[in-house]
Amino acid sequence: MRRDESKSSGVLVCGEVRTGRIHPVTMELTGKARELADKKHAGVTCLLFCKELADDPEMLFGYGADRVLLIRHDKLEHFNQDIAAKLLCFAIKKYIPEIVLAPATTSGRTFLPAVAAMVHTGLTADCTGLDIDPESGLLLQTRPAIGGNVMATIKTPEYIPQMATVRPRTFRIPCISERSGKVEIPEIPDCIFESDIEVLNMEYTGGDGTNIQDKEVVISGGKGLKKPENFALIRELAELLGGGVGASRPTVESKWISYPHQVGLSGKVVSPKFYLAAGISGAVQHLAGMQTANKIVAVNKDHDAPIFRVSDIALCGDLADILPMLINRIRKELNQ
Amino acid sequence: MKIAVLVKQVPDSDEVKMDPEKGTMIREGAGNIVNPLDLNALEAALSMRRKFGGSVDVLSMGPPQADIALRETLALGADSAYLVSDKFFAGADSWATSLVLAETLKRLGGFDMILAGEKATDGETGQVGPEVAAMLKIPFATYVSELVVSNGYATVKRTVEEGYEIQRIKLPCLLTVLNDINEPEMPTLSGKKKARRAEIKKYGSQELGISKEEAGLTGSPTRVVKIDRPRISRQTELYCGKELDRGIDRVVEVLRELAVL
Repeated sequence: MRRDESKSSGVLVCGEVRTGRIHPVTMELTGKARELADKKHAGVTCLLFCKELADDPEMLFGYGADRVLLIRHDKLEHFNQDIAAKLLCFAIKKYIPEIVLAPATTSGRTFLPAVAAMVHTGLTADCTGLDIDPESGLLLQTRPAIGGNVMATIKTPEYIPQMATVRPRTFRIPCISERSGKVEIPEIPDCIFESDIEVLNMEYTGGDGTNIQDKEVVISGGKGLKKPENFALIRELAELLGGGVGASRPTVESKWISYPHQVGLSGKVVSPKFYLAAGISGAVQHLAGMQTANKIVAVNKDHDAPIFRVSDIALCGDLADILPMLINRIRKELNQ
Repeated sequence: MKIAVLVKQVPDSDEVKMDPEKGTMIREGAGNIVNPLDLNALEAALSMRRKFGGSVDVLSMGPPQADIALRETLALGADSAYLVSDKFFAGADSWATSLVLAETLKRLGGFDMILAGEKATDGETGQVGPEVAAMLKIPFATYVSELVVSNGYATVKRTVEEGYEIQRIKLPCLLTVLNDINEPEMPTLSGKKKARRAEIKKYGSQELGISKEEAGLTGSPTRVVKIDRPRISRQTELYCGKELDRGIDRVVEVLRELAVL
């Protein structure tokens, strides 16, 4: 929509509900939305759609929401991009928000672009920073470009809503404050739930650590492991630290491990608190997928491995010696 | 089946530069390849053609040099290639790119399925596929790692955070694929020869009836207003040989600081 065609206000957060629970990224985005809305003296609305909700939607008031739009329907048990896009379009047309924030999860990254096309506006993917331009009042959307080598700041000057997706754990969940608001249950026309897409089944494999973008710790292995069985060391360390298992592209291409573990430009971009790369030399395509981690440790036998240049701690030697040493040491720490 | 594949030519090297004034990428000078996931999309299309017959058309919006990428797809077995190129298309964001691709697909018409890579290695937004589908008003799915077509429906396995979501989608539809859907084949010598002589069909703003205002930088709702080069200021502590014990102590200290331990 052209900015001049309608009067818009407020921030709309697209919440995410997975298996009946409000995903933490919803709280992260609500907190950020509050900050942005305060700079514009505007309100924050959270949109939740699901089949069932085990959490109390009123909890979102404490994180900064003024209003929660709760949509429940049997067709919302699993993610359906067609219905999700139509619901968000409905909410945008009804409430005309100036800004829409959504998680850059596989769901958000799927239906948000469709919504951008449907309402004719801009969308910035995977923002790592959001602010309000003090002069123009526009949303400043910052995202890494070209493999994280540069940061681009993007504006959507003439269209509304200004839309951005944000990866989980980019922003902190704010402290809970004493706030109140109201939960609204909007009436949705039935036709929104008619779809050319039918979800047949959902196979949950989440327990195997493939959900690496949500992890605070990621331990990755590369070809330096020498054989696929040695991923056991990576798994053991990841398990000890409650982290996920990552992998370099060559190991995935050699079928040592499945694609959902792949870290890098052609796999997943991760930004955990702690990232350890073992036996990964550090091709640009991998570095681009992990260099924004808070702390990086690399284990490699090659002094000149490029991975060392982006690491806080470089352990140079044979990973077959170093990883067991590290595992034993951490086990000792945990036992104390 | 009439299948279209959307491909993007992406820089091969890490030597991409940015235009500091316009904030857009300078592609000239860097070596170029077909975006890797687009080759998986092409392979998925070719495998369906093997099964059902029909045709595979490849489309790319890009500068005239994208001709090279299209020839590669012809060498791999695509039937026809279309280069959608115009100086007015330059600097397009995902919305303006999608508009041009959607208009081209409408003009060619009659596709049962449109395939593309889940994202390109340069822009990494993954937005063009879904935006094109929405503009064409057809259903779509992303993160597809398995695909079966029968009786006018595509059944897809989507790789998502918690596992796999199986969806059944009515044709015509648009799908963006991941690299575990298949293993792209290498071009054959005869394929390469044929591709060298093949005609690449060209479409510009006039043929598509797209005005200067709708396309490229002017038609893009988003604007890059600033480019920063963040300095990676990590002071690497290197430990080797006998110092490794000390290095491991440091790793444990870091884990404690981060409250992981």
